[in-house]
Parts: sequence; C-alpha cells; structure tokens
Amino acid sequence: MTNPNPLTEADVIKVASLARLELRPDEVATFTEQLGSVLGHAQDIAALNLEGLSPMAHPFDLENVLREDVVTPSLDRDAVLAAAPDAAEHRFRVGRILGEAP
Amino acid sequence: MTTSAISLAQAIAARTTTAAAATDAALSAITERDGELHAFLHVDADAARQAASAIDARLAAGETVGPLAGVPVAIKDNLVMTGVPTTCGSKILEGWRPPYTATVVERLIDAGAIPIGKTNLDEFAMGSSTENSAFGPSRNPIDPTKVPGGSSGGSAVAVAAGYVPVSLGSDTGGSIRQPAAFCGLVGYKPTYGHISRYGLVAFSSSLDQVGPFTTTVADAALVSEIIGGHDHRDSTSIDAPAPGLLEACGRGVAGLRVGLCSDLLDGADAVIVDRVRAAAAALEAAGATIVDLAIPELRLGLSAYYLLAPAEASSNLARYDGVRFGLREERDDVAAMNVATRTAGFGPEVKRRIMLGTYALSAGYYDAYYGQAQKTRRLITNALDAAYQGVDLLLGATTPTTAFGFGDKVADPLSMYLSDLFTIPSNLAGHPAMSVPFGTDSAGLPIGVQLLAPGRRDDLLFAAGAVLESEVSA
Repeated sequence: MTNPNPLTEADVIKVASLARLELRPDEVATFTEQLGSVLGHAQDIAALNLEGLSPMAHPFDLENVLREDVVTPSLDRDAVLAAAPDAAEHRFRVGRILGEAP
Repeated sequence: MTTSAISLAQAIAARTTTAAAATDAALSAITERDGELHAFLHVDADAARQAASAIDARLAAGETVGPLAGVPVAIKDNLVMTGVPTTCGSKILEGWRPPYTATVVERLIDAGAIPIGKTNLDEFAMGSSTENSAFGPSRNPIDPTKVPGGSSGGSAVAVAAGYVPVSLGSDTGGSIRQPAAFCGLVGYKPTYGHISRYGLVAFSSSLDQVGPFTTTVADAALVSEIIGGHDHRDSTSIDAPAPGLLEACGRGVAGLRVGLCSDLLDGADAVIVDRVRAAAAALEAAGATIVDLAIPELRLGLSAYYLLAPAEASSNLARYDGVRFGLREERDDVAAMNVATRTAGFGPEVKRRIMLGTYALSAGYYDAYYGQAQKTRRLITNALDAAYQGVDLLLGATTPTTAFGFGDKVADPLSMYLSDLFTIPSNLAGHPAMSVPFGTDSAGLPIGVQLLAPGRRDDLLFAAGAVLESEVSA
C-alpha cells in the first residue's frame, strides 16, 4: 500500500470502544494495519466526484411496508425466554445497570 | 448420491426407491466422509429418518406429496429452524436453539424435503473460505487441501461431496456463487426481494439473499420456485409474481444479446478467461449475439462493498449483547458484561468488520466513507442499467482464481476480499446472478462462469445457464 495509513492506533482503540469490544495491545497493532489497508483501498472511491448522485441505501425504492393493525400470533414468550442466558419473572434478567449513588 | 433432486424426487414418487433409503444414503455418506470434509456443524439423523418415514407412509397411503418429497437437503447454519442449534459459525451463538423457523426452510419442508443438518460457514457469513468459522474450516471435496470457498462453504461441500442434491446458502457479496465455482456446482443469487430473508440471521440486510446450491440448473430453478415468492414476514419481499424459472430452462438463448464484460474478466487467471470465452462461444453457437463491452464502474464495487456491508453489519451485530440469546460473560454491571461477551464471543474477522463499519459510520468519517460508498453503489447500479439497454445478459468470470489453499489469504484480509471482485456488483445493484460450472483448470479444480441479469429477469439466467450446462455435459 503506497498510501500512508489513514488510521492510527488511537482511532482503532476509539472505534473498538464504540463497538463494545476490548482489544489486546497486539490486536490493536494488527487491526490498525489491516483496517488501514482496507481503508487505503477505499481511497479509489473517496477521491471520486460523485456530485449529483443520490446515496443508494437499498436495491429498490421501498415505502414503509405496513400490515393491518390487527393482533396476530407472535413468538411464544416462554420459548423466547428459554433461549436467554438468564430470565426471571417473564423478563430478561441482567446485572446492575446504574452505579452506586454518590 | 449422483442423481439430481428432480430425478430423485421422481423415483421416490414412483416408489422405485424410498425417502428412507435416500436419507440413509445421505447419512451414511456423511458418516463416511464428513470427519474429513466438515460440511456439517450439526446433523439431525433421528429427525431426518422420522421425516423420511412420514413421507414414505404418505406415499404408501396414496397421498399427494410435494415436488421435493423425500429429497435430503442441507441448510446453511445462519438459517433458523425451531429447536435446532444455529451458530452462524460463531461462539457467541453456540448452544442457541431458535424459537422459530425461516420461511425458506418452512417452504422446503412443505414441499417434502428432508433437512439433514446445518452446514458450516465463515462466522456470520463474513469470509470467502470457511476459515473464519469458529468451529474449523470445511474442505473442498475435489481437493481437500483447498478451501471450498465461502461463506456458504459447508453447503457447497454437502452437495459437491454427494451427500445431498440440494443445499441452501446465502449470498451477500458472492457467498453462494464463489463456493459454487470452487466446488463445481450451480449457485444462484436471486433478485433482491425474490426470496424471503425471514429467519436468515442478518449480516448486511440490503445485500443478503438466500439461494440454492445444486448439481443442475433445473434443480436450482425448482428449488428457487419452491422457496421464492412473497412473504409478508419480510418487509423487503417483492409482492408481485416472478417469471417462471423451470420453464426458462428449456427456452434457449436464440436472439438474446450477451455482453462479454471485460471488467468481469480482466485480472482472472488465463485458464478462467479461456473458459469464459468458451462459454461465450457456446452461447453464440446456440443463437445468442455476443457483444464485447466494458463497465469500468464495476471495479469500484469492492471498495463500496467493504464499507457498506461492514456498516450494516456493525448495526445488525449490535444485538449480540449477552442479554437475550447466546453467550454471556458475567461481569458486575451490564456495560462490562456487554463488552466482555462480545470480546469473547466474536472472532477476528467479525471484529474487523464491526470496527470497519463503526468507523465508516462515525462522526467525521460518515460522508467520506459511508456516504461516498452509497453514491458509488448508485453509480454502479446506473452503469449496469445503462449496459442492459444494449444487452439482455452479462457474462464474466465468477472468481479470479480457482480454489486456493488453506492459510493463503488469512493474514491479509484485503487479498481475501479481492476474491469477491466479480460477484459484488450484483449484490450492490440487487440484481440476480448465477455461477455455472464450465470446465476445470490443469489441476482438475472446477471453474465457474458467471451470468448476470437485470433485476427481476432471473429467468434469463436459467435460459442461458441450461445452454452452458448442456454444452459441458455434451
């Protein structure tokens, strides 16, 4: 890759934290190089003049697809909760969300 | 099992063989060879035998059965079946038993097919070799020192090894067509919205489509007609009749204009270029007109894809947080649990793509990367639409090389991504495409040629694919 790496190790650490991932120091170095190489390849489109083209999010133009507002069967609650790591009182159970009061 | 799905179903319906015998043959082939090839992550022998017996009982009672009655099928392990383990090739879903069934699987079962098991894949369908599976790679049955391709590698192996005549895969950037080419099979990615995604674990929702692996073009047509069509549970499903595919298989190509596209060919190995030119000659001999053309915009697809697909993946995979399903790494508070679970549960390629996508969507880089990739997607789609003003179909290579060796591309993700160069444009545009086996290289490794058609003209692929197939078997 002739382009300088558009990515720094600090960028990778920040992105990992945004993505709720923790990286070991050796992973930071590897990912910085690998992600930088992909972003380096992407410079071919970063440099294009694409003014006047509308961004394309989807293969065809879809309006919101709505169904009739009537009650229909859905997944069984107990079956769904049975697949969860932890459940109690018909709910997903997790650990503490808020810290101690100051 | 060398017979096609159509002839096996006919033999079972005519009671010259039984569903039980076909299922036993599949199961014993798996016992014999899958320790080495590793197509399957999960085989449900008891359920398969029970389903087969039920089909045989219905036939004995003179009942009408579906068009795939008694035909064993394999399902990529990112399609859910109630109560059957679904891992997506990831530790983060190990042990999960989904509470619902994908529409495509439901429709196969309604047609009488016998699901044998769930097949190996690159983790969350991210990869081109199955080397990214958390449970070890699959091996190419033609040469077990080579990869089968990916991400739907296990599904390709299950058919190429002769276990089953049909399997389902999913194709986000080539994940059906590339392994089909590497394993010598027919692989078809339909028009986006033609086949339901309900029950397909999401990777990149605007690109993902389900499709079949088969040994014949007609089998791919039959299976796709069975699993295709509108599904109200997938809001991106097209609510309009699709052109008939089986009927198209006998239509021929007389009068069709086929574009031989240099941008789907240049950079491929010489032996592959030769086979694509031979395919063009075969179509010409059958009455098509060959037009040489270039669509240089297609070259930009790789960069656009490797920003758009990771961006969508970073959003879709945010759901693996240790709360509702799969792995949980317990910690004192929820935020720490989320991080620990994702860090332990995802493999390196999934982490790479999540980070790439998160970066492309983050403040300050959104316009330069994600926005620019979305505009490039429009540019490529417009270029394809313009090309289809002059031709009915495009022809090119499916892959730049034949099957590569284990470890060849693992250390350099970009080199792995380059194997998707020719397959990506159809996903970006939402257009249908098919890989058809058309000869081998000097080492005997299969070569696939790729047919591309405009959106909702999937029938043209089957018309041309059947002509190429008859040329190879002639």
